[in-house]
Amino acid sequence: MTDNGATPLLEFRGINTHYGAVHILKDVDLAIYPGELVCLLGGNASGKSTTLKTLLGMVTPTTGEVVLDGEVVNDKPTSYRVERGVTMVPENRRLFKRLTVKENLELGAYLRNDRDGIEADLERIYDMFPRVKERLGQKSGTLSGGEQQMVAMGRALMARPRVLLMDEPSMGLAPALVQTNFELIQQIHQAGVAIFMVEQNANMALSIADRGWVLQTGRVVLDDTADALLANPDLRASYLGEA
Amino acid sequence: MTAHLESGTHEVIPARGGLDQNWRKLLRYGGLLALVLVFVSLIGMPVKLDSRIVVEPYISMGYLSLLWLPALLGYTVSAEKVLEGMASHARGAHELVAGAIVGLVGGAGLALLIWGLDTRDLSDPLVNWGDNLLGLLTFNETVGYGMLVWLGISTGLGLLGGLLHLLPRTATRAVLTALLAVFLVSALESALDDISEGFRLEWLFEWLFEARGGLTPKGAIAVAVVAAGYVVFGRSRAKAVRQRYDAMPTVERTRANAALLVLAGVAVVVLPMFLGKLTNELLANVGLFLLLALGLNIVVGLAGILDLGYVAFFAVGGYTTAILTSPQSPGLSPELPWLVALVVVIGMATLAGLFIGAPVIRMRGDYLAIVTLGFGEIIRLTVRSDWASGLTGGAQGITGIPGAGIFGVAEVRGIDPQAVFYLVAFFCAVAIYVSWRLERSRLGRAWMAVREDESVAEAMGINTVNVKLMAFVVGAILASFSGAIFAAKVGSVFESSFKILVSIVILVVVIVGGMGRIAGVIAGAVVLIGVLGGPNQPGLLAEFSEFKLLIYGALLVWMMLKRPEGLIPNVRRSRELHQEEFLQDAWLRGQVDADEEGNTTGGATA
Repeated sequence: MTDNGATPLLEFRGINTHYGAVHILKDVDLAIYPGELVCLLGGNASGKSTTLKTLLGMVTPTTGEVVLDGEVVNDKPTSYRVERGVTMVPENRRLFKRLTVKENLELGAYLRNDRDGIEADLERIYDMFPRVKERLGQKSGTLSGGEQQMVAMGRALMARPRVLLMDEPSMGLAPALVQTNFELIQQIHQAGVAIFMVEQNANMALSIADRGWVLQTGRVVLDDTADALLANPDLRASYLGEA
Repeated sequence: MTAHLESGTHEVIPARGGLDQNWRKLLRYGGLLALVLVFVSLIGMPVKLDSRIVVEPYISMGYLSLLWLPALLGYTVSAEKVLEGMASHARGAHELVAGAIVGLVGGAGLALLIWGLDTRDLSDPLVNWGDNLLGLLTFNETVGYGMLVWLGISTGLGLLGGLLHLLPRTATRAVLTALLAVFLVSALESALDDISEGFRLEWLFEWLFEARGGLTPKGAIAVAVVAAGYVVFGRSRAKAVRQRYDAMPTVERTRANAALLVLAGVAVVVLPMFLGKLTNELLANVGLFLLLALGLNIVVGLAGILDLGYVAFFAVGGYTTAILTSPQSPGLSPELPWLVALVVVIGMATLAGLFIGAPVIRMRGDYLAIVTLGFGEIIRLTVRSDWASGLTGGAQGITGIPGAGIFGVAEVRGIDPQAVFYLVAFFCAVAIYVSWRLERSRLGRAWMAVREDESVAEAMGINTVNVKLMAFVVGAILASFSGAIFAAKVGSVFESSFKILVSIVILVVVIVGGMGRIAGVIAGAVVLIGVLGGPNQPGLLAEFSEFKLLIYGALLVWMMLKRPEGLIPNVRRSRELHQEEFLQDAWLRGQVDADEEGNTTGGATA
């Protein structure tokens, strides 16, 4: 997928970020191409979440460029990027708990004005997740973990993303659900959406990804195809805990 | 407490013996009762409220402030939640003994107080310690007599509280409703006086009430009988209407709602014509606070921004109006007509909303609350300062505000409370309509998203700063309307009218009513401001004004514990809670019928 001729959809060029005096991301280069499924691995405090926030414009880098479709978007707000197809499924799903399932889905399409398109996308999501359709009028906080995950993905898809940023999609899910969840991610990927996944569950993530990066204390230490990473002895020892 | 008894699937095991008690629990409740009784006595409630007669010549609100407590605790000590599928004891002597013992311990506490009042002088820290209280508690007889009587009364009332568990549910409900009705009718005496005059019903009023105040015995009995009669005969019919309404299809229900709305509108327009000055004045005050509460409801209830300095915008409205319309305003004095001033008020409120909002809005939660608290005070202190006194009159305030002229049709001023009420009602209607529309708009959705989870809302592409500023500005404009009417009504503004207490009271109205619920906010304003009174205005129970804050506080604590969703909860949410309870009960029964569960789930989500 990494044709050298294509332009990346989303790109980091030498990104550095700071929280106050703390240096979080150090000279990070990333590139996500259209239709790819890539993952970013890393332990706690390695800068995974900051990467996502920087991509989405909730954190501004101190130096370096965030590039969306060949355009530098450093000073563009989150809404600008969401409108152009960058959407996030937050960690732990984070639904609007006291709002209904339907309201949650509609909020995903907050920046869209095409009523008919929104209706059509809702139908598409009901087809994808029949369980969600049964619960439309229910407050989303009362749903089970698996159902909440479906709503969170549905909400993100309502923005018609070209790239979906997923923050720890398997966190807080029952083991049985993790598998279903990864199948869902693949399903969305096959529909043509690029996926950038941040995960601690490295085995599972690499088994479905095309490429991956490993982040360690803010620096990219490995950048390779998923297969190569899975075979990498260093990674196996330090990160996969010899699985 | 025993809601599920009716469904009849739980098991009843034989009653416990009268002496088979959890003594520790009884002592705890009894001790609590004693403490509360002594506390209520020492804060001066019985003495202050003694002049307010409930039923002449038998009982005053002063004695009532003590008497309801033993009965309440006598009831609650043996109240327990009975779920379907759980076994519970049959009710009997056990409940009576428990109630009586709690009452006895509480009575002992009061007896101890009487003895102390007689032998010691603690009037230095305790201002209400003294002969007035002693006289009241001993019924102006000897100390021993008073002690014995209170022991007896308290024990008896505790026993009665326990007895409520033994009566059939309808009987319990009838008794409680009758007592409550007598209390309410008596509490509303002055308003009823006013209303009865308007409707030419003075004969009824004179029959019910003693000339000196308080219900006549025959009046009290009549009220109790009517209330109990309603419970026994009328309640099932009211329930049937309610059920029919719930079962209506959406279109029909919308129509029913519209009809009710029109009816309410007509009532708001027609009713004040039959009411006297006093009641109209009260309604106007309720309306002013309702307008404030509706505005704060948008800020706190919808957007989730805890603004503790909301009074600032009320002050901006009041002072802008005063400066622009009063010939006596010290600095600038253009003497504009009220309606022209109102346009400027909107502009000033918007500016103030942006000015206060901009620095504050980037903060979250507790920090934001504290900073708004500060800003509320800053505005008031600025108005009072020497620096601004050239414009605002400092502590002297601005007087001589002419009143609100409405296109030459009417001149609204404080001496005509009915006109003030109509003006306030108009603005409230506008505020209700705006709130209702906004709640269903894109902006309303964005507010709710920000309230639920600000970071995720931002990730959805919502510009959280702008959206929150909008909430601040809409709230500010509604509050400034209230301020503008307030200035025209009172005819003067002083910085002391805009103290922090106003912010707190409005917040309490919103919370007690039910955050985010328009109907709840209306109910909250009527109950709190109308009955208990606002920060500077007396309510129907003028004698209670000294204890207003205590009652607000107690109410707030009770609400948070028992009804966090407010007086008028969200229908959808309470239905969900109900369903949850049902499923829990079914689970406890251990025999969930699959079809049955499927049906309920489907019914609730449809």
